[in-house]
Amino acid sequence: MNVSLLGQSEPLAQRLSELRGRAPQRSLDARALAALAANPGCRRRSLLDAAGVDKGAVARQLGRPAPFGQSPFALARGNVFEARLKDDGYAALLEPLRRHLGLPEESGTALAVPDLLRRSSPAVRAERTREALAEAAADPSLWTLLDHPMLRLTVAGSPAHLEPDAVLVHGGRCTVVEIKSFPVLDGSADPAKVGAAARQAAVYVLALQETAAALAGVPAESDPYRAQELPGSPSTTVLLVCPKDFSNRPTAAAVDVRRELATTRRQLSRMTGIGQLVAALPEGTSFDLVPDEGGAPTRPAEELAAAVGSVPAAYSPDCLSTCELGFHCRAQARCSDAVDQLGRGVRGELGSIRTVGAALAAAHAGPGDGTADAEADEASARLRYAAALRAEALGRAAR
Amino acid sequence: MSLLSTLARLQAVRSGRAEPLATVRHRHLSERPMVVVPLAAAGEAGAPLAVMLGTDREAPRLHIVPQPLNRDQRFDFLARFGADLLPYLESFADEVEHVEGTERDAGTGERTPVVRELCADAPQLIVPNTGSVQHLALIGRSTRFRRTAEDADPGPYPAPTQVPLLGRWLTHLTDRAQVPGSSLLLPMTALLSRHWATGQSHLEDQHLAALLAWHVPPAGLTGAEAAERAESERDAHGQLVRPSAGPATDPKFDELVLAPAIARHDAALAAARAAAPADAARAELLVKRAAEQLHGVLEQVLLPTWADVWQGLDLLRALPEGGHVAERWEGDRWSFTGHRDRLAAGEPPQPKQDDAVTAARKLAQREREQVRLEVQEALDDPLAMAEHRLAGEAFAGEVVAVVPEYDTSGRSAKPRPLLVVHTADRPHADAGREVHRVGAATPQRGVVAGFDPDGGTVTVRVVSGMGRRKEPEPGSLPEVGERVVFTLFELTPRQSAPLPDPEDTPWTHGGPPGAAPMSASSTEEWE
Repeated sequence: MNVSLLGQSEPLAQRLSELRGRAPQRSLDARALAALAANPGCRRRSLLDAAGVDKGAVARQLGRPAPFGQSPFALARGNVFEARLKDDGYAALLEPLRRHLGLPEESGTALAVPDLLRRSSPAVRAERTREALAEAAADPSLWTLLDHPMLRLTVAGSPAHLEPDAVLVHGGRCTVVEIKSFPVLDGSADPAKVGAAARQAAVYVLALQETAAALAGVPAESDPYRAQELPGSPSTTVLLVCPKDFSNRPTAAAVDVRRELATTRRQLSRMTGIGQLVAALPEGTSFDLVPDEGGAPTRPAEELAAAVGSVPAAYSPDCLSTCELGFHCRAQARCSDAVDQLGRGVRGELGSIRTVGAALAAAHAGPGDGTADAEADEASARLRYAAALRAEALGRAAR
Repeated sequence: MSLLSTLARLQAVRSGRAEPLATVRHRHLSERPMVVVPLAAAGEAGAPLAVMLGTDREAPRLHIVPQPLNRDQRFDFLARFGADLLPYLESFADEVEHVEGTERDAGTGERTPVVRELCADAPQLIVPNTGSVQHLALIGRSTRFRRTAEDADPGPYPAPTQVPLLGRWLTHLTDRAQVPGSSLLLPMTALLSRHWATGQSHLEDQHLAALLAWHVPPAGLTGAEAAERAESERDAHGQLVRPSAGPATDPKFDELVLAPAIARHDAALAAARAAAPADAARAELLVKRAAEQLHGVLEQVLLPTWADVWQGLDLLRALPEGGHVAERWEGDRWSFTGHRDRLAAGEPPQPKQDDAVTAARKLAQREREQVRLEVQEALDDPLAMAEHRLAGEAFAGEVVAVVPEYDTSGRSAKPRPLLVVHTADRPHADAGREVHRVGAATPQRGVVAGFDPDGGTVTVRVVSGMGRRKEPEPGSLPEVGERVVFTLFELTPRQSAPLPDPEDTPWTHGGPPGAAPMSASSTEEWE
């Protein structure tokens, strides 16, 4: 996190809060933070996320709601697995901890599980977690398990609260333990799911780094490739605990998250540069949904669309599965005839040609109609050639 | 994605309709395919929820798991699924033809003629999308090691006999689906995407209803509008009008429809168990009604996809079959026959992980089939050949001159005529490059003697396929004015070097496989 910018963030935070309007701030959870890395070039997403705008509600009001949701069965399955791990004094969870993190067998030192006040407010819980972490890190011989600690991470000048599944502290270092309900089947798991879990865990590691720096009273390291060695500093390897095969027994794997950590830090430090995006907005822009007394939004959709449209988006079809505004941005990309609607790869192939109309015109133009731009010329020539081949193969006259 | 298919997508954006990507059908379609639409229970890998299957589009059969978390009910479901699917698979096992071949004797190394059985036809499963293939593979993995009451050591949870057999078939079919060009198990989205381009991205093409919307948009709508409607239109109860083919169900459906229906069924079951004997009949009736209701909601979700898959088959059947499709289908028939024989010989189920030789063999086979598929598709379909021409790997044009020349270096003179081909293509035709003529009576090779990109002429010296005499056989060379196509790649892919037997696996690859790979897997924990 770029600490030097925090001084300027007071007016920025106020401006962001104005953008959000009267809706409560939607705090960024680890999943949302990790998803930022999916499309870092999108200013629309960066700005709306930094302002804590509920993008799902905006998308609904725009008439293109996101199809996201979690099935109650998936939630139940996740909870059952986690509960099973924590049953009977964490018996099932301790086995992978022993194997991977060197937790000694029952005899000798016991595992301390401090009460982290789970029913309190996030701020109180975060404070309590800091205390518990400081205590646990102070004595290197202790083994402490923080069950659902609450961590704070400053994102774009405002605090986000994050809740890892568990953190194990020993020898002055801590390790993030992430419990997931997707299985490790015959020794391997779905790489997409492991990747998502690693990105999420990296956000926790980042928050723990910040916490450790705050405990030691030093500024957090800004170089993403250097790890600070402070009491309570997190290991950059996290422990992923998943069901083994089709059973409910846990198996664990150590996952190195240094790369995800560096990516996330870069993304977050860019978000502090959000001031420039805010400055570029037209006067009076707001994403307020103007809810009526019953909480139903009353903001006219066209007005809201204009406000959303004042921040440029970088749409790609991946957005449909990661961003609530995906369907809205797709409709926009289609309206503006952008080639991005066909995927990222297409843009690379078409060089500087950006619209479907221009690409088709180039494909069906005669030679020499091209522009002066050499790059566009080459892409056009290839398109023309492809169009001729396609027409020949289909037995149509080239248009 | 190549520039040609990008162009087709761009055209589809403009026309609002799917645009052709092939002029012929490149996959075999059975006359009696089995359409299988599986649904998965959210949250747990490979947990089935329901399956709709059948060979008659008017008569789908539905099997469900009333409570997806209950493993007994899951086994009941798998047994019913197996009892329904296995007779279809086995119905192809009996009718065989005999193929003569040779086999090398392991001891003497002599080749001896053998006659092998090859099933005259093979089954074909059509599923909605690639997610369904993965789901069937997971079911295969979770069931093929299950022990049954007939085993010597049935263990604490014996499964019905069909269950491990179903698992072995599903494993074989989903494994075969990884082989390029194979047709035993085909996902409909991949089939349609191979033959037509839509004006949306590959990611969006994974949604079968949206993909089909580009083919048959309702009147007044463009493909894009129809696809968006198929993706997101919801009824008054917040349920999707065109439920996704899954295999996972829509979370809103899970929350608002499925979960209450399952809860009602569970409650009815619990009440029936606790009922006094006098009320037993009434309680049973309530259970039956709850089960029917559950059946009904799942049927509602599956029927649209069922109809979509059949509609996709109609579209594909309208295309003429490619010339090499039957040859590739024969490979599928061999694959089916091989698995039939392994089952009959009582071999153990496919291992969790292949040993080094099997893995290398599978990889080599997939690479070989990939090359073969690309070559055969190009030969069958001018649009596929256009891809190679665009890439500079082939050229087509008109013969403008045939110059008879001879190689007199040997004892007898051999014909080495020069063909001058006028072409608009820009092949990577450096002098000395070997080229192959498409459509020659016998395989014909040539060597590029010169390429003039400005004039658009390629000069090829033909070196084979002209017979054994001094003068080329009549008809073996193209005439002036004839259209020819040459490729820079070989038209019959080479065989790769043979792999060692599993017993000879070198230590660098883990050595010979262990003696008892089965012992660990068969005692897998289930509960």
